[in-house]
Amino acid sequence: MAHFLTEEMILNMGPHHPSTHGVLRFILQTDGEMMRRAVPDIGFLHRGIEKIAELVPYQSFMPFTDRIDYLASACCNLGYAVTVERLAGIEIPEKADYLRIIAAELTRIGSHLIGLGALLLDLGAVTPFVHALRERETFNDLMEALCGARLTHNYVRIGGVSHDEPPSFREKTRKFIDHIENEFIDEFNELASFNTIFINRMVNVGVISPEQAIEHCLVGPNLRGSGVKYDVRKNDPYSIYDRLDFDVPVGHGKFGTLGDCYDRYWVRVEEVRESCRIIRQALDQMPESGAIRTKLTRAFKPPKGEIYVRTECPRGEMGFYLISDGGASPYRLKIRTGSFTSMAIISEVSQGVMVADLVAIIGSFDIVAPEVDR
Amino acid sequence: MKREDLIKLLLSKMGRSIVRIEEMPNNDIIMEIYTDDLVPIMVSMKKDEDLRFTTLMNQLGVDYGESFAVIYNLYSFDLDNKLTVKVYMDKDNPEVDSVEHIFRGVNWFERETYDLLGIRFKGHGNLERLLLPPDWEGHPLRKDYVYPEVYNGLELKRKTLLEE
Repeated sequence: MAHFLTEEMILNMGPHHPSTHGVLRFILQTDGEMMRRAVPDIGFLHRGIEKIAELVPYQSFMPFTDRIDYLASACCNLGYAVTVERLAGIEIPEKADYLRIIAAELTRIGSHLIGLGALLLDLGAVTPFVHALRERETFNDLMEALCGARLTHNYVRIGGVSHDEPPSFREKTRKFIDHIENEFIDEFNELASFNTIFINRMVNVGVISPEQAIEHCLVGPNLRGSGVKYDVRKNDPYSIYDRLDFDVPVGHGKFGTLGDCYDRYWVRVEEVRESCRIIRQALDQMPESGAIRTKLTRAFKPPKGEIYVRTECPRGEMGFYLISDGGASPYRLKIRTGSFTSMAIISEVSQGVMVADLVAIIGSFDIVAPEVDR
Repeated sequence: MKREDLIKLLLSKMGRSIVRIEEMPNNDIIMEIYTDDLVPIMVSMKKDEDLRFTTLMNQLGVDYGESFAVIYNLYSFDLDNKLTVKVYMDKDNPEVDSVEHIFRGVNWFERETYDLLGIRFKGHGNLERLLLPPDWEGHPLRKDYVYPEVYNGLELKRKTLLEE
């Protein structure tokens, strides 16, 4: 009988791999096609954003928050602004609150479109990714009309927002969300989500039980995919989320086991619908006119103190722990991101799966590398 | 649970380990404990039926100048309570017990804190640098950090046009 080679092999995936969503590297210990373990090696995009925060004034740090997660910059802006406002006790105008929520939820749709499309692209389906990017183009145009930037929006300011809504913004946004909710999602589901080949690649792969998800500090859609009904927007509302009516979609083992890759994928599809609902309500309730920004002093200094504020980003909870010593820049700012803990769990989830399934697992966590490294 | 009730409950359950406990902005409570009591406190936080802080949402280290501190943000899914736990340690020998065996997700948080602040965690399985390269010198988030000028032959300091 012929002898098979049974040695373990160490393979390198990345740092420049098409399916790793940015610059990150995995060291794979494989036994043939089966994987013993995948160890993530991160830090390629570490820019020292927390150190930069200690060196610049409070307002000047806002553009850096865009770069934490470039796919969801308005949500990161919002989190930082809410943290500083709560510490300093700044009231913001009502209209600014609504504009912030609309920008943040539009960003969530845009981010999930990329996340869903890129996952399908990693598994070899190119067409849905292009469809998703086509819709994202409209979102980019809307944000460009609102604040002049297409990727790193830098839209939210401490005390309000940078620009008022442009003419006909409401109609255009309504048209966009109507199209997403009534046409695009159904088309996308028919094209990709209910495709048998895709379902077979996703179900029963990378299963995370609710207990395991809580133990490993997972947050956001990855936690909800495991069936834990927890959303910062509902459980610890910030801004005006308590005035809006929306559901929190959770995974329930739609086609396979609870907490598999398909559940995490499906939660994101449902979240796009919920974001559309939120935007529609916010557009209806938003005042016609009014101030959009509270004026701060040029040398703004919040009082001495410590605060931890959590906000819901597309990739989960983004927490800002801010320590102020009464100076012009933060004494210490820790940014807790969703991708960081999702990345940490991969080495455990990847034990004993096929090499090709690792790609599905990484994609289903919707990891953005700069958010891990900061 | 209301904040005052939670403070009373914590004082009655583990009053001997608490140095300071008070309210914090954003509906939060900050609780400073003795460094040596960290592990038993964390175990009872997780296991106690009235507390049930099952998850650790965030962990960070701080350089306060004369001392270091490690801060843990706990959250209870069942009771919707928040709690911030803080321990201080010496500047000369920053070392604290690891809580990795209680909350497994804290593994990378502790590695990051070690990497950026040089706080060592006793009992951590794999305490290596996470974000910076393994041969990097110093810990950047310390307040007395000196920026290196060269790393492996790479010039890190950028010259302006006038200096060239």
